[in-house]
This record gives sequence, structure tokens and C-alpha cells, in this order.
Amino acid sequence: MNALVNFAKIFKFHGGVHPPENKAQSTQLAIGQLSLPDKLVLPLRQHVGNIPKIKINVGDHVLKGELIAEAEGTVSAAIHAPTSGTVTAIEDAIIPHPSGLPDRCITITPDGKDSWIERKPQDWRNADRKTLVASLRLSGIVGLGGATFPTHIKLRADGKSGVHTLVINAAECEPYITCDDMLMRERSEQIVKGIEIAQYLLGAEKVVIGIEDNKPEAVVAMQTATTNTAMQVIVVPTLYPSGDARRLVHLVLGQEIPFDKRSTEVGLQVFNVATVLALYRYFEFGEPSLNRIVSMTGNVQTPQNFEVLFGTPLLHLVDAAGGIKSGTTHFIMGGPMMGFDLPDDNVPITKAANCIIAASPTLFAPPPPAMPCIRCARCADACPVSLQPQDLYWFAKSDNFEKARDYKLFDCIECGACSYVCPSNIPLVQYYRYAKSEIIAADRAKEAADIARERNDFRLARIEREKLERAAKHAERAQAAKQTTATASNELTGTTPETNKDAGSGDAQKTEKQAAIAAAIERAKAAKAAAAAVGEVPKNVMETSSTVKAEIAEIETRRASVGLAEKSTIDEDKQAKIAAAIARAKAQKAAAEAAKNKD
Amino acid sequence: MLTALYIMLGLALALGVALGYAALKFKVEGDPLIARIDAILPQTQCGQCGYPGCKPYATAIANGEADINQCPPGGDAGVRALADLMGVEYKPLNAENGVEKPKAVAFIDEDICIGCTLCIQACPVDAILGAAKHMHTIIASECTGCELCVAPCPVDCITMEPIAETPDNWKWKYPTIPIKPVMTL
Repeated sequence: MNALVNFAKIFKFHGGVHPPENKAQSTQLAIGQLSLPDKLVLPLRQHVGNIPKIKINVGDHVLKGELIAEAEGTVSAAIHAPTSGTVTAIEDAIIPHPSGLPDRCITITPDGKDSWIERKPQDWRNADRKTLVASLRLSGIVGLGGATFPTHIKLRADGKSGVHTLVINAAECEPYITCDDMLMRERSEQIVKGIEIAQYLLGAEKVVIGIEDNKPEAVVAMQTATTNTAMQVIVVPTLYPSGDARRLVHLVLGQEIPFDKRSTEVGLQVFNVATVLALYRYFEFGEPSLNRIVSMTGNVQTPQNFEVLFGTPLLHLVDAAGGIKSGTTHFIMGGPMMGFDLPDDNVPITKAANCIIAASPTLFAPPPPAMPCIRCARCADACPVSLQPQDLYWFAKSDNFEKARDYKLFDCIECGACSYVCPSNIPLVQYYRYAKSEIIAADRAKEAADIARERNDFRLARIEREKLERAAKHAERAQAAKQTTATASNELTGTTPETNKDAGSGDAQKTEKQAAIAAAIERAKAAKAAAAAVGEVPKNVMETSSTVKAEIAEIETRRASVGLAEKSTIDEDKQAKIAAAIARAKAQKAAAEAAKNKD
Repeated sequence: MLTALYIMLGLALALGVALGYAALKFKVEGDPLIARIDAILPQTQCGQCGYPGCKPYATAIANGEADINQCPPGGDAGVRALADLMGVEYKPLNAENGVEKPKAVAFIDEDICIGCTLCIQACPVDAILGAAKHMHTIIASECTGCELCVAPCPVDCITMEPIAETPDNWKWKYPTIPIKPVMTL
């Protein structure tokens, strides 16, 4: 235990709890390997940020490590085929999400060969940092501690990030979870190489590794691996939630990151051990993020940690751990403090799945009914963020969201320490989650309303502008027409513009037109008279046969007898149509009026 | 006696100048009340309130011409917020203006659409894309669900589709205690 002697000063944070650790169960066996499952289901939603864009089609054959979905937008991560096989479906399936709702997933049926795509290791020591970080966008690596924030964003430093200290989070404070512990025991050399890469990319001078004192083997392994480096392993006391990034920074550096600032703004960056290991494998071997260590524990025959390909169905993992013991009711993803109940027994393992616990009533007794809050403020004593949980509870319960926001609801890390100590068994975190999602939804609605207002304003402005433009165009055209007729009439009549002006150009135009019309009528009349004089029939009956002619003549005489000879049949037709149309319009008007009266 | 008078006079003058300066310096353009009411309204621009948009309705409320309970898309929460802002009693939504519905977006059945552009002209937020004799489609992210495009469609190809719950817009529910039967009769 000599190695555990701690020379570094520890800066205790406020609050915290110490629930039963339950870590020993899953550390008895080394990290196990899983056989290839029958199918791998890869949800597109595995990380914080935008949903990646699918790059393959159903029926495509993919190789291990092949990019199947590409990062879309700034905050997003790529997804790769965890093994070689055929894409058999792209469809909605239940994903490991507290909502229990289905989401888009890619299903790959392995061909069993597990054949790799060409891997491109990078000589990171002699490469440009910018290109290295840019290439990380294709790696699919996200924070494997559970937050699943895309790693390439955290490293987007351009060499002048101002990050002076890199904190490696190996605290693993939540009960039951042992995946980081086992990883450090077995692969500490690789982790240290990964830390070197992260340190190089960030340009950080100092590296501290924070490990809780309930993992002595891991501490020894890490201390041995870092002997010849400047990295400092700091053992922190076991107190939940020391694994929260801000709490760990406080513990090892005594520095409080302001609530409204990111850690990089004060020159700090925090990485999980599993994430730096993924970095190492990506740069050293060209392997993208395809698997992770998952603790399979709780009510199973042989609790153990496994290296699991993303997309592996949960039951395949459960079988590897010897199957469930009797009494298992459901599965929890994450730890008992912050995890959530899985909606289905066969959801796939994703990048966020650090631990799966088979739950039974003996392990997790159903909570006793919640009693009224007695304002004992034990939750405030336990809160690691120094909030006032009892006030937040009150505001959330009464839908007083603005007040909850004022009391820094969004600084709550949902660690569950308050619920754990509450003597009234109030599910406090559930209230905070409810309030947070209501506030987020309201904010989104507000944003959408603002956009709608802007678009509506723009539309009204556009309509107004178009109206003005149309009016201006009409005026212009009228002006142009006026000018041309004025000049034309001037030329025709030979009058001077002065006299024309006196008469008024409009009047002149009118008389001109009328004269033209009168002349046309005269011409038509003359033509008609001439035709009648020669006894010519209208052109449209000129070529008809004699029988038709006879028929026409007969009709003409009959028409003459009733006094309709002057009008042509075409006119008759038209008039009938017009009359019908008028009748229709009248009927419509009457109907409309009747409807109005009814209202 | 005279000193007191001078002091009061001096004070009146000084304060008058200060107030006059403040009135010029901190002059507010437009009616802030209308903007504040408009900020509460959901901006669907649906006209269910009887006014041609959210801004005209906000103006009418500010002028005391309209009641606060005429906006169905804003719902009960909207009425409460307006009551708070205007300092009046809350009253339930006026049924004459319609009822609160779950948020929906318009959907055009593109097989039926004849490309008449009538819906495009009706859309208050330009959320419909298309051209004469070409198929139209809704930009779902911009649609406010006002239903103004449904009525003008001559072939009835527009339907309102309620927004489905996805992991993206899913909300944590209010904690409830499940009721379990302890005894069967």
C-alpha cells in the first residue's frame, strides 16, 4: 500500500455521498472477449450533437472499420462498421435512450471473417497538429466516460489552445462500474501512450491523472506506467461524484471552473482514460472507434468486464456473463446513481454504455413512497455543486421554471446525491430532469417563434415592396404609352404639341380611336352590302353540299317567318351561353347571401 | 422663508432639466408593450384570434380592443403569461377562437398536388416551396402549423400531421407514483 501514499494535496469539494461501491463483483475476472453476434445494430444517435449522415445502402458489403456514417456539422461523430459483413437493414429500432423511442439504426450481419479495411496509422510525433485533429473527425471517437461528446471538438486546439494542464479522469466514482479500473490494470502502457498523444495535440505542459483510492491495483499499474514521464498520478478519496469533470479538477488542482465557462477557457482539459486509449489506437494502428469496455454486472451469474463491439445486442453480452439470475426484472445502463432503465432487453450496446446492471428487487429495492419535503436541507449538504436542491425541487414541482433557472438548475449535474440522502425519498433528480426538459422545450419553441416572426415580417415587407414595384411599373408603362400616342397623333394630325396639350392628350386619343372604330364599321358595312348585292353566301357555307345548302335555306326561311333573320346562329348560341352564365352567377350570389344570413 | 422658496425653485428647475434630458436621451421607439405581448404570442400567424397575425393581435390587446384569451395555439400557458403581463385576471381560452391542439405541421400529398400556388400565397411564413404547375412541398422546420394553407387547396392535398415524439424532442415526464393494486376483490 506504499504506492498509495499521497503526496499531492487534495482539495475536497462540497458535499458528496458514499454509496456502497459494489465494484468487487466485476473485477474478479480479466476483461473478456465476446464472440461475434448474429447481427450488429448501430444507432445513429450514439453521441452528443448532430445525427451523422449514412454513407452506405442496404445490401452493401462493408469491411471492419469502414465508415458507414459521416459526421454532419460541427458537433457530430462518425460511425464505422465494427466488423465485416453485409448491411441488412437501415430502419428504426429501439435504442438505449430513456425515452424508449425507436430511432434510425444500421443493421450489419457479420460474415464471420472480421476482415479489416486498409488501416492508416499516423506518425503523430512528426505530423502537423491541425491535420491530426482534423483527421480525428473521421475516427468516431467520443468521450467514453459516458458524456459521449465528440473528441475532435475537445482537441480542436490549433496548437494555441492555451490549455496548460490535461486532467485524466480515472476516478470512476459511480458504484458497480469497473470498466476504467480494469482497463488501467490491463492496458496502462497503452493509456499512457494515449495521454502522450492528447498532451501533444493540446500542447499541455502538465498532466495529472486522478484515480479514486478504491482502485489500488489500477493506481499501481498507472504509477508504474508513468514512472519515466512527467505525469502525476493523484489518488483521490472515494467520494461520489468525484468523477464529474469539474469535481475532479477541484480535487486535484484546487481550481473551481466558473459555472459559465468551459474548462478550456481556464486552460484545462479533461479526458477519460478509455478515450485516450481510443486516441492511441486510432493514431498508432489506424483503428477507428469500434468497441469499448463494458461492465456487465448486477444480477448475472459471472459479473465481468467485456470488450464489446458497438451494436452488439444486450442479450449477447448477458449470455457471455453466464446469463441472468432469477429475479432479474430489467437492465440499467450506466450506474445506479445516474443510469436509466433500458426500455428493452435487446437494445444494442452504444458508445455511451460503460456499464449494464441486471436489476432485481433484492439489489435495488423499489423506492418507498415519497413523503413531503421537510426542508431538512440534507440535500443541500450533499450537493456537490452547492445548489439549493430543496428550492429547485419546489420550483420544479410548481412549474416555476424561470425561478428554477435563476437558481441555476442547469448547473445541476444530475448526480443523484440529493435523492440518495433525502429522508423523504423524494425522487429529486426526476423533478430536475422534468424541469430541464420543459425549459429546453420552451426555449426551442421561443426560438422557432422568433424565426417565424422574422419570416412573417419579411414576407409582409416583400408583399409591400412588390406592390410598390408593380405600381411603379404601371405608372411607368402608362407614362410611356401616353408619350408614344401623343407623338403618334402629333405626327398624324400634324398639330403642334402645344395645341394637343390644350385639347388634352386623353381626349385626342379618344377621338382618334373613335374615328378609327367608325371607319372600320363603315368598311364592314360596305363590304356586307357589296356581298349582298352580288348574292354571295358567307364564306363558311361556301363549300357545303347542295343538300346542306337546301337545309340552310329551309332554316333561313323558317327563321325569317318568326322574325329572326337578322341574327346569325352563332350569336344565338353565344347568347344562350351568356344567359346561362348569368343565371349561374345569380344563383351563386343568392346562395352566398343565404349562407351569410344564416351566419 | 425666501431661502426655502429658492431651494424649491432651484430643485424644480434642476429636476425639470434632468427629466427633460432623460426624456430625450432614453426615448423608446415604438410601443414596448406591443413587443412584449408579441413576444408571448406563439407567432403561428394563424389568424384564429380574428386578427391578420400575431402582431396585429398584440396591438389590439395593447389598445384594449381584444381580450387575452383569443389565441388557441398559445394555449392555457399563453393566456396565463398574457394575464401576468397585462395585470388582468386569467380567463379560460375563448372557444369561439378554437381549441388548443397538439402542435402539427402541414403535409402536402405530392401525388395529388396540381401546382396551383394557392397555398404558397396563403403561407404567412413562406414555408412552402414550389412554383406554378410544379409540385409543392412544406419546409417542415419552418411550418408554424397555422393551417392557413389547408382551406385554399383546390384538391385537398394538404393535411396537418401532428409532430411525432422522437428521442430528440422527447421530454422527461413529471414524476408520478404508479398506482398498484394491492388487493383484488
